[in-house]
Amino acid sequence: MRIIAEGLLTDESTPRLIGGRNRTTGRIVFPCPENGDYEPYPLQRTGTLWSYTIQRYRPKSPPYAGPDAFRPWPVGYIELPGEVIVEARLANVAFEDIAIGMPLELTLIPLDPDAPDSVIIPAFEPIGAAA
Amino acid sequence: MTDVCIVGVGIHPFGRTDGLSGLDQGVFAVRQALADAGVAWPDVQFAYGGSDSAGNPDTMVDRLGLTGVQFINVRNGCAAGGSALFSAQMAIKSGEFELGLAVGFDKHPRGAFNALPAEYNLPDWYGEAGYMITTQFFANKITRYMHDHGISPTTLGRVAEKAFRNAVHAPHAWRREPVSLETIMEAPMISDPYTKYMFCSPAEGGVALLLASEKKARELGKPLVRLKAATMRTRPPGSFEVFAPSIDVERGGSATNIASAAAFELAGISPADIALAQLQDTEAGAELMHMAENGFCKDGEQERWLADGLTEIGGRLPVNTDGGCLACGEPIGASGLRQVYENVVQLRGDGGGRQVPGNPKTAYSHVYGAPGVSAVTILER
Repeated sequence: MRIIAEGLLTDESTPRLIGGRNRTTGRIVFPCPENGDYEPYPLQRTGTLWSYTIQRYRPKSPPYAGPDAFRPWPVGYIELPGEVIVEARLANVAFEDIAIGMPLELTLIPLDPDAPDSVIIPAFEPIGAAA
Repeated sequence: MTDVCIVGVGIHPFGRTDGLSGLDQGVFAVRQALADAGVAWPDVQFAYGGSDSAGNPDTMVDRLGLTGVQFINVRNGCAAGGSALFSAQMAIKSGEFELGLAVGFDKHPRGAFNALPAEYNLPDWYGEAGYMITTQFFANKITRYMHDHGISPTTLGRVAEKAFRNAVHAPHAWRREPVSLETIMEAPMISDPYTKYMFCSPAEGGVALLLASEKKARELGKPLVRLKAATMRTRPPGSFEVFAPSIDVERGGSATNIASAAAFELAGISPADIALAQLQDTEAGAELMHMAENGFCKDGEQERWLADGLTEIGGRLPVNTDGGCLACGEPIGASGLRQVYENVVQLRGDGGGRQVPGNPKTAYSHVYGAPGVSAVTILER
């Protein structure tokens, strides 16, 4: 399994996103900036949906590295309470069931769902969706 | 300090003009502005020019004349035009110069802007995953705003409907056919809740404004259109900007909030004193959010404002009288100056079928862009 970039996820059996915590102000951001002002700060795995949209057309390449074949996908901002609001794909949810405030948890999905060796990206899904 | 006046305006129609470069369109606009002011190129003492993807503006001296003029290029995203204008008025306010030019032009390929992460100090994966997209950000921003403040999709549609209706009467606009609310609402979604009529497109065009000291403006005998304020600001903490992998839990204001407040303070007037406004409407919801961010209404009041037609040409505060970005498209370097052009036309009473009634005396313009910049002007006649 290849993650889309290094330094995004903790090396745990149930990985967490790695944010950055400002050493002076305590402000938390994602991803962790590569400069001395921030220290890595693993983020909680669950949160609520803050906002969302459906990406209805294939983004331009470059920079998009997804498959040529395009199916619309949902993308939103997930509030991790007391920490930060992160942008990520939404997974395992029907478009019409997406609603602001819904509880979500971190998951990992392939960037290209049809490719067995696709790179993996972080996403959020309804809590319990994988069960 | 002297008041700065706008003594000449020129515009090359927005849209797509095959066979003319962006710079050609800028030169066209400058020549029109010179004729409008009744001055010649050698009279122009300095210039600031904005262009994002159509080359360096200062190369236009080759076309306009090698007078040795001081010509400074400005590259500041969607605020390029506003920044050029801000800089130009400072040069006159300082007393250093009497007559100068702010010009902006651009020419973009079709389709959404193709931003790369490195240009915005972001990691490559952010673009690879498909997040480096302005339309996606705008849709996320309005979805939250609609949820928080009770704005309906129909109100988004009304903004677009008004834009195309106003543009019918604006010769420089790109899309000049009315589009019905039903057509707008039922068009294909680009990024929910926005249908294709609710987003502006990258386009082409050029705008030139000649600025003069009040003394020089009186010599030229032009109606005095004063630039009472021109401000440009970057983002404060807690704002939600284009290309944001994360945003702060503690929500804050915007670059627009502070650019607007600074402009009103400079001009010594309040939002209630403004007769008409051009507000950045790269998508329908932006116009709504910017109505509140610039202080013209409270969050949530837009629902009633649009239903009651308060932002129509004959309404309490006409907004985007030439159809805005939705109908004119967005050539980045020229877009902010188009707003000021339109305001000068309106204050002179030259708006024709789109003229704001009642002899307006004050006009407001506002641009916003990545990565969280905003520029505002207030004109007074």
